[in-house]
Amino acid sequence: MIKFGVVMFPGSNCDHDCFYAVQQFFSDQVDFIWHKSTDVHGYDCIVLPGGFSYGDYLRTGAIARFSPVMSEVKKFASAGKPVIGICNGFQILLESGLLPGAMLRNTSLRFICKYVHIKPVNFSTPFSKGLKKNEAIHIPVAHGEGNYYIDDEGLKKLQKNNQIVFQYCNERGIVSDDFNPNGSVANIAGICNEAGNVLGMMPHPERCCDPMLGSSDGKRIFESLLQSLNQRQTV
Amino acid sequence: MKEQEVTLQVALEHGLTEQEFSTICSILGRTPNFTELGVFSVMWSEHCSYKNSRAWLKKFPTTGPSVMVKAGDENAGIIDIGDGLAVSFKIESHNHPSAVEPFQGAATGIGGIIRDIFTMGARPIALMNSLRFGKLSAPNVRRLLDGVVRGISHYGNCIGIPTVGGEIYFDSTYEGNPLVNVFCLGILKHEDIALGKASGVGNSVYYVGAATGRDGIHGATFASEELNEASEDRRPSVQVGDPFMEKLLVEACLELLQTDAVVGIQDMGAAGLTCSTCETASRGGAGIEIELAKVPQREKGMIPYEILLSESQERMLVIVKKGSESEVEAIFDKWDLHAVNIGQVTDDGKMRVKFHGETVVDVPAKALADEAPVYHRAFKEPAYYKQQQIINLANVREPVSYAATFKSLLSNPSIASKKWVYEQYDHMVMTNTVVLPGKADAAVIRLKGTEKLLAITTDCNGRYCYLDPYIGGQIAVAEAARNVVCSGGKPIGVTDCLNFGNPMKEEIFWQFKNCIEGVADACKAFNIPVTGGNVSFYNENPRGAVDPTPVIGLVGLIESQNHVTTAGFKNAGDTIILLGPLDSTIGGSEYLAQEHGIKGGKLPEFDMKLEKAVQSFCYELIKNGLVKSAHDCAEGGLAVTLAECAIIGSEKGMHLGAKVALPDTGNRADSILFGERQSRIIITVNKEHTENIVKQAQQKQIPANIIGSVVSDRFELKYANKVLIEESVSSIHDIYYSALEVSLS
Amino acid sequence: MDFKVTIVVTLKPSVLDPQGTTVTEALHHMGYNNVSDVRMGKFMEVSVQASSEKAAEQQAHEICKKLLVNPVIETYRLTIKPAQEAAV
Repeated sequence: MIKFGVVMFPGSNCDHDCFYAVQQFFSDQVDFIWHKSTDVHGYDCIVLPGGFSYGDYLRTGAIARFSPVMSEVKKFASAGKPVIGICNGFQILLESGLLPGAMLRNTSLRFICKYVHIKPVNFSTPFSKGLKKNEAIHIPVAHGEGNYYIDDEGLKKLQKNNQIVFQYCNERGIVSDDFNPNGSVANIAGICNEAGNVLGMMPHPERCCDPMLGSSDGKRIFESLLQSLNQRQTV
Repeated sequence: MKEQEVTLQVALEHGLTEQEFSTICSILGRTPNFTELGVFSVMWSEHCSYKNSRAWLKKFPTTGPSVMVKAGDENAGIIDIGDGLAVSFKIESHNHPSAVEPFQGAATGIGGIIRDIFTMGARPIALMNSLRFGKLSAPNVRRLLDGVVRGISHYGNCIGIPTVGGEIYFDSTYEGNPLVNVFCLGILKHEDIALGKASGVGNSVYYVGAATGRDGIHGATFASEELNEASEDRRPSVQVGDPFMEKLLVEACLELLQTDAVVGIQDMGAAGLTCSTCETASRGGAGIEIELAKVPQREKGMIPYEILLSESQERMLVIVKKGSESEVEAIFDKWDLHAVNIGQVTDDGKMRVKFHGETVVDVPAKALADEAPVYHRAFKEPAYYKQQQIINLANVREPVSYAATFKSLLSNPSIASKKWVYEQYDHMVMTNTVVLPGKADAAVIRLKGTEKLLAITTDCNGRYCYLDPYIGGQIAVAEAARNVVCSGGKPIGVTDCLNFGNPMKEEIFWQFKNCIEGVADACKAFNIPVTGGNVSFYNENPRGAVDPTPVIGLVGLIESQNHVTTAGFKNAGDTIILLGPLDSTIGGSEYLAQEHGIKGGKLPEFDMKLEKAVQSFCYELIKNGLVKSAHDCAEGGLAVTLAECAIIGSEKGMHLGAKVALPDTGNRADSILFGERQSRIIITVNKEHTENIVKQAQQKQIPANIIGSVVSDRFELKYANKVLIEESVSSIHDIYYSALEVSLS
Repeated sequence: MDFKVTIVVTLKPSVLDPQGTTVTEALHHMGYNNVSDVRMGKFMEVSVQASSEKAAEQQAHEICKKLLVNPVIETYRLTIKPAQEAAV
C-alpha cells in the first residue's frame, strides 16, 4: 500500500481536502505531518497542500519554507521520492528553491476561483505518466497569486529540460492567452524539478476527484502517481 | 492619571439616557466610576442589549423538536439534523464598519460571525453574505462594492471556509449606508456543544488570541448611531482583521473542545472583554474576576477603560477547569498561540475587574448582561404607505419593445449574474460544494460521512418590505423557503438580520414591528424555528432611512443527493411547467422601478396557504424524481426567470433555450411577463410525466400550467399568441454574465 | 546599540507590476498624464540591536536575503540609522 503524508502548516486549509481525497479514492495509508515534525520516514509521497500558510503575509509560502519539516522534505525529494505541492504548496516549493521561479499576483489583481482546463505536456513524471496527450483536464483554481514568473533564460531551461508539466488551455486543449487565468508565463499551471519527482501546480486536483462535485478529472493525476509508485514497488 | 469624574453629562455623551443613568446608580447604590460607566454604556447599547427590539423579537417562534440551543441563549442557535449531528448558524450585520472602511469592515464581519459559530463547538463549513449597495453609477458605490468583496474574499479565502453563495441588490435607498450581512454555518456532533458560561468557583479564565489595542473602542455604541459626515472622522473605531490568527484560533479551540478541560468559551466581539466576561458569568449564574494588567496589550499606556472596551479582533475567552490549565496551554502552544490566565470564576455574581491589584470595576454581572432596560417604542403608520397603495398602475405605459425591456432587465446588476463577485471567493475549499454558486436557488453542500446535504439561502426584497412591511416580511421567509425547496431541501431553521433605520422615529418603528410580524407569522405557518440573528438599527443616510430589510438566512436539509435540483434546463424536449398562478400585477416590481421609475403600487396578491401548497407539491415532485430543474420566479418576473433557466442550463458551448406560449389572462402583457407574483416555480419535467403532474396538481387545487418546452439555442416568449421576445440564447447568455462587470467599468 | 533599519522592497524592473500599472492608468484617467511608471512595493521597519552600525547593516542584508526579499522577482534597498536619531 502506498503511504501518503499531508503536511499541515499553520494556515494550511486544503490539508483536510487532500487527506480526504487520498483516503477516499487512493490509499488507506495517509497521515497528517505536523510542520514541526522532523520525521518523514516511511512515506511514499508527500503532499504540500493549499491554503495560506502563515497568512501568506510576507509573500506566499515565504515563511512556511522555514518550518522544520521542510528540510526533511528536501531530503525526501533529493532521494527521488515524489513530492506534490498544490497551490500554496507550489508556492512553498518555489520559495524553498525546490522548484525554480516565483509567484506574482494574478494580473487581474483579484483572487480567482473557478474551473479551468489544463493540458499535460510532459508525460515522463510519475504524476503525468498516465495522462493522455491532448487531453484537457477540467479542474478548479483558487488563488490570488498564481501568476508564475521566471525570466527568459529560466523559461528556456524549463523548456529544454521538459519541466513544464501543465499549461492552461481551453476545453479542446488549445493553449492561448485567452485561457490564461492569471497571466502566468507560457500559460504555466504546473512544473516539475529536473528529476521530475517534485511537482508544483496551482490547480487543485483534490477538489475534483469526486464526480459529485462536478468533475473527477483530478483523480487521473493521483492515479498516474499510484501507478508509477506501484510499478516502482514491484520492481 | 486621574480618571474623569462621572456626571449625568458624561453619561449622556456615552449614549445613555438620564433614566438609564439613574437606574445604574441605583443598581450600584452609588455613582459608577468612569470605567464602569463605559462598561454599562456598551452593554446597554442597542447593539448588545437589543433594548429597543427585544419586546418585538419575542414574536418569533423559537422552539421546536429539533431546536437544541434556542435563539438568544447563546452566541448562535443549534438545530438537530439527525445521525447525531447538528448545525449551528447565524447571520449578522457589519453595515456601519463597512460604510466607513469597506475592506476591513466586511473582513471583520466575516471574522466575527465565524467566531460565533466555532464558539458553539461547531466546525464552520460555509459562509454566505447578503449585500446591498446604492446604484453602481455612483463612483463611491463602486468603491464600496469593490472594498466589501475584497474584504470578504481576503478573510474567507485565507481562513479556508468556502463562501458558497449569497445575494446582492443595488438600489439607491442603500446609497451611503450599504448593508453587509454575513452568515456562517457550522456542523457539530451532539455531544460537542460548547456553551458560553462561566461556572465552578475557582476555575480559571483564559484570554487567548490577538493582543488588545485601542481599535474599535465604542464600536458597539458606534453601530447604534446614524451615520453622518462626522462618522468619517471616527475611522479609528474600525478594527483590522487577521484571518491567519483566526484560523489558528478555530483549530486550537476545536481541538481544545475535544478535551474535557473547558467549562465555557466565548468570543470577544462587540464590547470585547466586557461583554464576554459579564455574559459568561451571567449565564453561569456566577461571578468573574479578572486582572487587566495580565491582558496582552499591543499598545503602551492603555487604561482600564480602553482595555475593557477595545474591540480588537480574534480574541477568545475560555473558562478552564481548575487543574486542567497545563493541558490547555499545551494545545494553544502547539498552535503558536499565547494563552494567558487572567482571572477566575467567583461565586458572588459580580464582574470584578482589577488593574495592578486595584479594583476598577465592581458591578453585578447579571445587571450588565441581562437587565438592560426594555423599551416599547411608539410607532405610527407612515403617510407613504396608503398613498403608494392607490397608485393607478393602469396609467403606466406598456413597453414599446418587449425585447428591449427584457434585455435591459436581464442586465440590471441586481438581476444579472454575480459571477464577478463569487469568482473572487473560494467557494470550493473543504470539497463539499455540490452546487456551485449561480446554479441553483440555494447553495448546496454535502455533509461528508452522511447521505445528507444542506441547502442554504439568504433572501429579502427591501422594496416589498418598504411598500408593505407585513407582507414583505412574509415574502422574505416564503421566498427563502421556496429557494431551498427548489434545490431539493426541506426548511429546518431561520436566522434573521433585521436592517432598519432609526427606531426612535415612529414611522421606522412601524416598519420594524410590521416586518417582524410578517416574518414571525410566516415562520409559524411554515413551522420553521428562528434560531437567532441580529438587529441593525440606525441604517440611515442624510436622505433618510434605508428600505426596511429583514434578511432571512434559511437552512434546509436535503435527504439524498438524488434530490439535489438546480435551476438550469437539462434537455431539449422537456416540458416547462409553471407551478402557481400565472396572472400578476406589476406593483412593487423591479420592472416598475427600473423602467418607469416608480417605487410603488400594491404588491401582487400573496396567499400563504397557496404558497405552502406550491412548495410542498414541488418538494414531493422532486423527492419522487420527477423534476429536472426548478427555479423560483422572482425579480424580473416570468420572462427573466425563464431566461435564467435557459442561461444557467447552457454550459460548455451547449445552449438550451425555450419556446414558451403564455395563455391570455386578459391582463396586460407587462404584468404577465415582468410582474412579480409570489408562489411560483418554473419546473421542467420529462415530457411523458407532464400529464400526470398536471393532474396531481389539479387534485390538490394548485395552479399548474404547461407553458412550453425546452429547445436548443432559441429563446422565444409568446403571450396571447403574440411573439414578444425572440432572442438567441448565446446573446442573452452574454448579457447576463457580463452585465455586472460592464456596470463596474 | 539600537538601530532602526528601513527596507524598501520592489519588484525587479524586468518584472511586470500589475498593481503599479493599474495605479498608473488610474492617474492617467484622472488627468495626470505627465506621471508614469508607478512601481508598488513594500516598506518595512526593523529594530536591530548590534555592536556597530556596520554589524547591524550586515545583519539587515542577511535577513533581507534570507527571508524578506525573494531575489527571483524582488529587489531592495535599505537605510540604517541609530534608533535615537530615527525617533527624532
